Amino acid sequence: MSETQTKQSDASPPETTHRVLIGKVGLDGHDRGAKVIARALRDAGFEVIYTGLHQTPEAVAATAVQEDVDGVGISILSGAHNTLVPEIIEALEERGADDIFVFAGGIIPEDDIATLKDQGVRAVFTPGTPTREVIDFVRDACREQADNR
Amino acid sequence: MRWLDDGRPEARAELDALYPHTGNAYFIGITGHPGSGKSTLVDAFIRLCRERDLTVACIAVDPSSPFSGGAILGDRVRMNRHALDDGVFIRSVATRGNLGGLSRSTPASVQVMDAMGFDIVLIETVGVGQDEIDIVRLADTNVVVMVPGLGDDIQATKAGVMEIADIFAVNKSDLDGADRVVREIKTMLSMNESADDEDAWIPSVLKTVATHQEGLEPLFEAVEAHRDWLQAHRSDRDRDRQRIEQLVRLVISGEFDARIGRLLGTDTWKSHLEAVLDRTETPYEAADALFDEIF
Repeated sequence: MSETQTKQSDASPPETTHRVLIGKVGLDGHDRGAKVIARALRDAGFEVIYTGLHQTPEAVAATAVQEDVDGVGISILSGAHNTLVPEIIEALEERGADDIFVFAGGIIPEDDIATLKDQGVRAVFTPGTPTREVIDFVRDACREQADNR
Repeated sequence: MRWLDDGRPEARAELDALYPHTGNAYFIGITGHPGSGKSTLVDAFIRLCRERDLTVACIAVDPSSPFSGGAILGDRVRMNRHALDDGVFIRSVATRGNLGGLSRSTPASVQVMDAMGFDIVLIETVGVGQDEIDIVRLADTNVVVMVPGLGDDIQATKAGVMEIADIFAVNKSDLDGADRVVREIKTMLSMNESADDEDAWIPSVLKTVATHQEGLEPLFEAVEAHRDWLQAHRSDRDRDRQRIEQLVRLVISGEFDARIGRLLGTDTWKSHLEAVLDRTETPYEAADALFDEIF
């Protein structure tokens, strides 16, 4: 794990390598954002499980459980976030994995962000967010997760 | 398995408890160049196994960044149609600096999969070239995935990976040059000393197009044929032995690394290091002294 720590000069080194799933659900085929975030997280020392396009909420939840990730990041540009993201949270709960945090990114209107957060989404990132911000959020959320486990 | 990856001591008790339930799965290694289609082949193979009512666990290894320690584990992109099938369990792991094509945790993780009761455990190695041969001790049957168009590469890989194959799958064989690759492999095999030995296993060479599920039946049959050959020529106990040997070795070297880790930065460590810098001790003398320190 020492290699994880070499570039993390900004904070105390993690006791574990954090694992995050980055997924695309539904019909939209734009995965550039997801790949950019996956790459940024990799460069920040995370192990990123990338699912590819067109996953169902159930498949994302099942994958998250099999891979024992700390968190799930969903990239969504189709406008179906109000349906699909809560479905992922539900599917995680059904599998007894409500300890896995969920965050979302994509074109999501301001009004919907509050609704999503009410439903359990920990953070929502819209276009233009610096990747640094996403990384900091994910790192903090993973640490908090590890403390609670 | 997360604990295994992280080298957490809690994993120990779990493994001890699981161990009596191991020894039933059949282990298949899939190895080959990056981009040769290993994941796609694994996906197609899982599908075939499921058609035959066999349950499958798969451990897919991808490289960790040597710089950040992070990794993008993308093997699932090709396999995620199995995500909702209870008979399939897929786990992605990163090498975390380990060489040999596997993660340090792989030998123990496959024991967990074995204990979970899966019929088949597939081990997809990280796609490197020549020396990823740790898999040979872990898997019962080793499939090496080749592709047409790499030209001289086949020469380059004659040692190492080429020697561990029980089965060669020439994937993407709808591309030009597939027949040539098959021919070259067969020629190479005919030069092996064992080629004339009737009892020896002669690796099969097959053509596949994993994206179209082509050639998978013959691949499955080749795996079965190799398994039958193993059962006729080598006892289950012997096959188990080489796997267990590697596991025990890895546990010892893991513990060894952990002890070195704990030694780093201690006063003893520093004083020996300073002595070496002062030229009052040689690096070898320091190492000897420090070696005694960790036992």
